[in-house]
Amino acid sequence: MSKNKVLLTDPLDDNNPITVQVLGICSALAITVQLKAAIVMSLSVVAVMAASNVIVSILRNLIPNRIRIIVQLVVVASMVVLVDEVLRAYAYDVSKELSIFIGLIITNCIVMGRLEAFALGNGVWRSFLDGVGNAFGYGAILILVAFFRELLGSGNLLGVQVIPDSFYEMGYENNGMMLLSPMALITVGLIIWVQRSRNRKLIEKA
Amino acid sequence: MNRDSNSYTFIFATLMVLVVASVLAFTSQSLKDLQNDNIRKEKMQNILSTVGIKVDREGAEDLYNKYIKEQLAVQSDGSTDNTVNVFRDVKLALELKKSPEDQNFPLYVAEIEEDKFYIVPIRGNGLWNAIFGYISIKEDLNTVKGVVFDHVGETAGLGAEITQDWFKERFVDEKLFDSDYNLMGIKVSKTNNDPSNLDKSDHEVDFISGATITCDGVTDMITERMNHYIPYFKSIKESETALAFSMSNIDSNIN
Repeated sequence: MSKNKVLLTDPLDDNNPITVQVLGICSALAITVQLKAAIVMSLSVVAVMAASNVIVSILRNLIPNRIRIIVQLVVVASMVVLVDEVLRAYAYDVSKELSIFIGLIITNCIVMGRLEAFALGNGVWRSFLDGVGNAFGYGAILILVAFFRELLGSGNLLGVQVIPDSFYEMGYENNGMMLLSPMALITVGLIIWVQRSRNRKLIEKA
Repeated sequence: MNRDSNSYTFIFATLMVLVVASVLAFTSQSLKDLQNDNIRKEKMQNILSTVGIKVDREGAEDLYNKYIKEQLAVQSDGSTDNTVNVFRDVKLALELKKSPEDQNFPLYVAEIEEDKFYIVPIRGNGLWNAIFGYISIKEDLNTVKGVVFDHVGETAGLGAEITQDWFKERFVDEKLFDSDYNLMGIKVSKTNNDPSNLDKSDHEVDFISGATITCDGVTDMITERMNHYIPYFKSIKESETALAFSMSNIDSNIN
């Protein structure tokens, strides 16, 4: 049991896809201006990763070795198309906002990486946990970055104004820089800094 | 079974493609109605937003039916074809491929309290792909009430900025025609000498830096589309003048 639990908790900290493996940075920069988009993106990645990890794990003894990358790609791509179709039917505004980034989940290195490194060699349940764990690890950072960017950049959280008007009257201004992608990279950098100062074993030996 | 043999690989690939294709086709078909409904309501939202009505997607249909009184298919000679359901059937992307004589030019007429607005759908080319929107004109058939723009794939932060409120607001109250009712359009201009947009009859609004092709596309699509409505607008103006004339005759007879 504890061995399975590690599959969920490890990607949240010690082996986080974004802050430790530095994968999936592209989408982390692009869709973290608003918290809502980041949450939907995270949930979409959870759905895609869990489903494709399970499918590839079920098929792992049937997939011909020579075309395994193609098979993985087809599985991921069809999951992404499914998510996209569902969003366009039930969450149209969000799907417009995320537009091509949903499609780009296919190219998110985390997804293919976990299929190749884990699902091909492990059982269904463990693969499912690994997919969910890594997607949460990715999503957690995404949501954290989006929290700071929306709060400091537009004074809102989930579209609702949280910084009181009295602050603005006293001369406080929203920082427009936070809305630009470079600040997302810097925010990720700060998160990595905090994480490494708390978790010494992540620091490489000189 | 030998997983490395060629025949196994082919069979596996074929089966996989068949399964995936049917699953995706099934999903796409079963969600199609919901998706089209979203697109339809968004179109209503866009049309309403040009006359200053902000509404969420759910409420769009009620308000649309309340305020949009007429949906006309204007012909190139200025007549209207009442047999066409322009909202549902006229797709501007397809109309643009026909020659002007064969096109239907959709026109939505909104009545909000005492005011009447004419809403014209516009479509043209940006840098990467199509740009489109709606432009609403006040009852004088000259002054812009509001615009809305959208795009398929303009560059984020540059061309894509045409969808922003600050850009759309520049068009409000601008004039499309000169005093002799010649179409001047509204030029999105780099050499605009009126950056704070105080002069509303200069037929120009300020440019977006770095979005040359997209802004030129906006200029062009407004002129190109509005041009086709001139015969119809003139016929309205004439009938109004005729009406005003006969009204003044009645007045003088009474006196």
